[in-house]
Amino acid sequence: MSWRTGKIVALRDETSTARTIALVVPDWPGHVAGQHIDIRLTAPDGYSAVRSYSIASPPTSDQRIEITVERLENGEVSPYLTQEVAIGDELELRGPTGGWFVWHVDQTEPIQLIAGGSGIVPLMAMIRSRLASHSNARFRLLYSVREPAAAFYKDELHAISNQGDCVILTYAFTRITPKDWPRAPGRIDAELVSESVWPSHLAPTCYVCGPTSFVEHANELLIAAGINRERIRTERFGSTGERK
Amino acid sequence: MSIISRGFSGRRSADGAKLPPGQHLTSDFPVLSAGPTPSISHDRWEFTIDDGSNVLQRWDWNSFRNLPTETITADLHCVTRWSKLGTPWEGVSLDTLLANVKTDLPFAMFRSYGDYTTNLPLKDVVNKQAWIAFKYDGSDLAPEHGGPARLLVPHLYLWKSAKWVKGVTLMPHDKPGFWEGLGYHMYGDPWREQRYSEE
Repeated sequence: MSWRTGKIVALRDETSTARTIALVVPDWPGHVAGQHIDIRLTAPDGYSAVRSYSIASPPTSDQRIEITVERLENGEVSPYLTQEVAIGDELELRGPTGGWFVWHVDQTEPIQLIAGGSGIVPLMAMIRSRLASHSNARFRLLYSVREPAAAFYKDELHAISNQGDCVILTYAFTRITPKDWPRAPGRIDAELVSESVWPSHLAPTCYVCGPTSFVEHANELLIAAGINRERIRTERFGSTGERK
Repeated sequence: MSIISRGFSGRRSADGAKLPPGQHLTSDFPVLSAGPTPSISHDRWEFTIDDGSNVLQRWDWNSFRNLPTETITADLHCVTRWSKLGTPWEGVSLDTLLANVKTDLPFAMFRSYGDYTTNLPLKDVVNKQAWIAFKYDGSDLAPEHGGPARLLVPHLYLWKSAKWVKGVTLMPHDKPGFWEGLGYHMYGDPWREQRYSEE
C-alpha cells in the first residue's frame, strides 16, 4: 500500500479541541464508511511519526476525504494537525484500511450507532454514507459526550435528525447537560438504552466506538437488553485516546 | 521522497531506537477487539489441540494450571501503531502444550471464545516464542485483555496474540484467520512492517 499526498483544502473547528481537515487526494481509490487512513508527518531531519485516523466523510467520487482530529494532551501528531496545519499544506497518507468496522450502503437492517466522545467520527461517516447513497436503512445514534460544547457535528446532526425519522439521535451528557435537560448528567444506563436503542427483536447491527471503558460499558448494556453479541462491532481508541 | 511537514519536530523518546518502524510508545494498555468481551468462567474453560479431525490434547482449567509455568517479559507491538515495552506475563509455553503432540502439519489456527481466529506457522509458536498467558503484571488477566487466558506471541503484531483463546487446530496449509481475512498480513512481522496484505 503506497503513500499518497493529500492537499488540505478546508479546515473547520468542531469543538475547542477538535478540527476537521478536508483533503483532496489525487487517485484516491475510494473507501467504505468506517475505514481509516494513516497520516505520516516528517520532521526536517527525517524523523517521522504515523497515526491512524477514522475517515469522517462518506464515500464519494471527488477524491476528497475528511478526518476529524481530537487534540490529545501530550499528543505528538494531534497537536500539529489541530493547530499547525494550514490550507494548501500537503500531508502524506495511505489507506483506506480496515474491513470490519464498516457500514456498506447495501446493508438494509436497522443500524444502532453508539459513540463516546470522538468515537463519533467513523459513525458520522456511516450516517453521511447513508444519506449520500439514499439508503433506506433505519439508523439510530446514541451519542455520549462530556458536555454540549464537546459534541462534534452538532448542526449537521440536528439537521439530519429533523429530516423525518431516518436517523434518530439521542444525546447523553456525562458531566454537564444543557439547561432543563430531562436526564441528570451521567454514564449511559439501561433506562437510556431501553428508550433510545433499537429493540433486540429487530436484530439491529450495532457499531460501538469510543474509549475502552465506554465501549465495554455500552456492550454490557446492549447484551443485557437482549442484543445478540454477534451483531455488535466495536472500535476502541488506540493509545492515549482515553481521558482517564 | 517524504514531504517535510512544515513546523513539525516530533517527540523522539529515549526508547525510540528499540521500536519497529511506524510505532510509537505508550504507557497505558489500549484494547483492540472486534466485538464484545466474552465472559468465560474457569468452570467451562478448556484448551484443545486438534489436527482438523481429531482432538489430540485437552486441558480443563485445573489441569492447565497444573502445568509448569514461565514468566515472560515481552515488548508488545500493535498494528494500530502503539508499542509497550517490558510487559510482565505468566503463562504456559506452547512447547509444554505441544510436548506430546507428534505432527508434520506446518501451520496453526488459534481459536478463541467469541469465534476469533488467527493463523501462524507452527514454527513461530515453538522454541520459547509463544505462551498461553493467564497473568499480567502479577494479577489474573483481565477479560478485556483476553482473560482467562490468551495467546502471547510477542515477536509478531499483537493481533496474532489471540485473546480468550480456547484451542489450536494444526493445518497442512496456511489459511487466513479473522483479521488476516480482512486485509491484514498473513504473517505480521512488526520489524518488516507487515501490517496489511499488500505488504
